[in-house]
Amino acid sequence: MTASRAPEFGSLVEIAASVRSGERSARAVLAQSLDRVRVLEGDLHCFNEVTVEEAEADADAVDRKVRSGLDPGPLAGVPVALKDNLCTVGVPTTCSSKILKGWLPPYDATVVSRLRRAGALPIGKTNLDEFAMGSSTENSAFGPTRNPWDITRVPGGSSGGSAAAVASGMVPLSFGSDTGGSIRQPAALCGIVGVKPTYGVVSRYGLIAFASSLDQIGPFATTVADAALGLEVVAGHDPMDSTSLERPAPSLLASLGAGVSGLRIGIVDDFLSDVSPECGAAVIAAAEALATVGAEVDRVKIPELLLGLPAYYLIAPAEASSNLSRYDGVRYGLRVDGPDAETMNARTRGEGFGPEVKRRIMIGTYALSAGYYDAYYGQAQKARTIVIRAFEAAYRNFDVLLTPTTPSVAFPFGSKVDDPIEMYLCDLCSIPSSLAGHPAASVPFALSPDGLPIGVQVLAPALGEVPMMRVAASLEQAAPPEARGPVTP
Amino acid sequence: MNETERLISPEDVRHVARLARLALDDDEIGRYASQLSAILEHVDAVRRLDTANVPPTAHPFPVENVFREDAVTASLDRATVLAQAPLAESDCFQVPRIMGEAP
Repeated sequence: MTASRAPEFGSLVEIAASVRSGERSARAVLAQSLDRVRVLEGDLHCFNEVTVEEAEADADAVDRKVRSGLDPGPLAGVPVALKDNLCTVGVPTTCSSKILKGWLPPYDATVVSRLRRAGALPIGKTNLDEFAMGSSTENSAFGPTRNPWDITRVPGGSSGGSAAAVASGMVPLSFGSDTGGSIRQPAALCGIVGVKPTYGVVSRYGLIAFASSLDQIGPFATTVADAALGLEVVAGHDPMDSTSLERPAPSLLASLGAGVSGLRIGIVDDFLSDVSPECGAAVIAAAEALATVGAEVDRVKIPELLLGLPAYYLIAPAEASSNLSRYDGVRYGLRVDGPDAETMNARTRGEGFGPEVKRRIMIGTYALSAGYYDAYYGQAQKARTIVIRAFEAAYRNFDVLLTPTTPSVAFPFGSKVDDPIEMYLCDLCSIPSSLAGHPAASVPFALSPDGLPIGVQVLAPALGEVPMMRVAASLEQAAPPEARGPVTP
Repeated sequence: MNETERLISPEDVRHVARLARLALDDDEIGRYASQLSAILEHVDAVRRLDTANVPPTAHPFPVENVFREDAVTASLDRATVLAQAPLAESDCFQVPRIMGEAP
C-alpha cells in the first residue's frame, strides 16, 4: 500500500463561500482540479473525456456573475465530475460502450443543468462499466479505472471513474448512478461517501436507462456534509421525469448536526456471515460507536433480504433487455451494415455491445420469453414484494439499518471478471434497498490490515434521507480520518 | 454433461440471441450457454419460491398516470437529431430494405 494523503479542496460550502465573496476565483479552483487531473489521469483513467474548454467557460461565467454582484449559487466554482451515462449537450456521452461512441446528446440531463445553475463546473465524463453493468469498471470498452488506494486493484463499479476522481482529489464532488449498488460499492472501495437517494428524489431525465425501476442518480464526496449538499442541489421534482416524486428537495445539510440520540438502529445479521471478517467487524464497530453517542442499537434478522440478489439478477437484466433495444443502428451511434434491417440490427448490437452487456440482454430476454416469463421474471417480481415487506416489518422497530456495503475490500484486476456470479456477489448487501426504492449511503469507516478502505452501509425507509444522513455524519465522526480519501496513489 | 449445462443449450442461446437481435459467433454461443446456465442455477431460489398470495412488484412506488397541461412546447430540432444518425436522407432515418419484392 503506497497511497498517501492528498491535498484537499476544503468543503463545498467553503469553496462556494470563497468564490461568492470574490476571495478566490472559480478559475483558480478549476485550475487546482485540472492540475490534479493532469498529474494523475495517466495512472488512474477516471475520465472518458475531460472538457477543459467548457469548464473554463463555465468558470468565467461564475466569475463574471460575482463581479456583477450576482450570486452564482450554492456550488459556485465547485468542480464536478459526471458519470458518462449522464447526457451533456454537445459533449460525447458513451456509457463506456462502443455502440455510442461519438454520439453527441441533443439535451442535458436535469442533474447536469441543475448543477450548472448552482454554479458548479462540470469538468468531464467519468468511466464506468459499460451501460453501468458491472462492479469493477473492467467492463468499460475504453479500459478500466484504477483505485487510487492501490492501482493494482479495481475502484469498484459501475461508477468507478466518479468514485476514483473524488478519492484521488481531482474533484471534491462527482455524480454516479446506482441500480444495484453502483454508487455505494465504489464509494466503499475508494474510501469516500456515496449516496443512493430514495427512488424518485432525483430526476432520471437524461440518465441513459439501464433498469428504469431501479436507477437513481446520487453524489460522491469525501465528507457526508459535501454529499448532502450535492444531493440537495440536484434533488426535487422534475416534470421531465414522470417517476420523479412531487416533493421539494430534502433539507439535509442543516440536519446533520442533530446527532443520533434516541434513533433506533438495527444491525442486519444476515449478511455478516457472507462478508469478509474485516467488513463484518467494521459494522459491529460502527454500531458500538453509534451506541456511545446515544443511539439505541440492536441486532435484527431479515433473511428475506438474501432473496434480493437472485431477484435482482432477473429483474435488472429484464428491464435492461427492453431499454437497450433502442440501440439498433438506426438513430444514433454505431451501425454495422447488413443486407436487411434485422441483420443490420443484429450485427450492430453484436459488435457494439461488450460481453457483460450481451450476457445481461440474453438473461433478460430469456427471463421475459414465452414459457419462462412466469417462472423467472414473474417470480422475481414477487420476490421483490417479499423483500419490500420484510423491510417494512423491520422498520416498525428501527429507524435505520446497518450492513456492510461490500463483501470485501477492493480486489485485484482480473480476479472476478471471468466469473459473472462472483462479480454479481459484490452487490449482495446493496441490492435489497434498490429493489425497495429506499435510500442508502456508504460511509468510509475502517482500513483493512492491507490499508484498504472499508465502508459501512446505512439504510433507511423511503424518504428517510434525514435520519440516514444524521447516522452517516455520526459514523464519520467516529471513523479514523485515515480511512477516507482523498489519497495520492 | 452435468445438470448445469443442460439448463441452457447452444440452441437456446441461438434462439434468445435471435429474439434479442444479437449476432453472436460460435465461441460466444458456447460460452453463453454455460454462463447463462450457471446464472439461472444461481437464481433458482427465486423460481422455487412459494409465492402463493404474493402480488408482483413492478415498481418501488405506486405509479399513477401523470398529466400535464396540453400546451405546445419546443421539441428537439430535427436537423440536430438527424445529424446523429448513421444514415439519414430527406429528413428521415435511412434503414436497409425491410420488405421483399412483390411476387
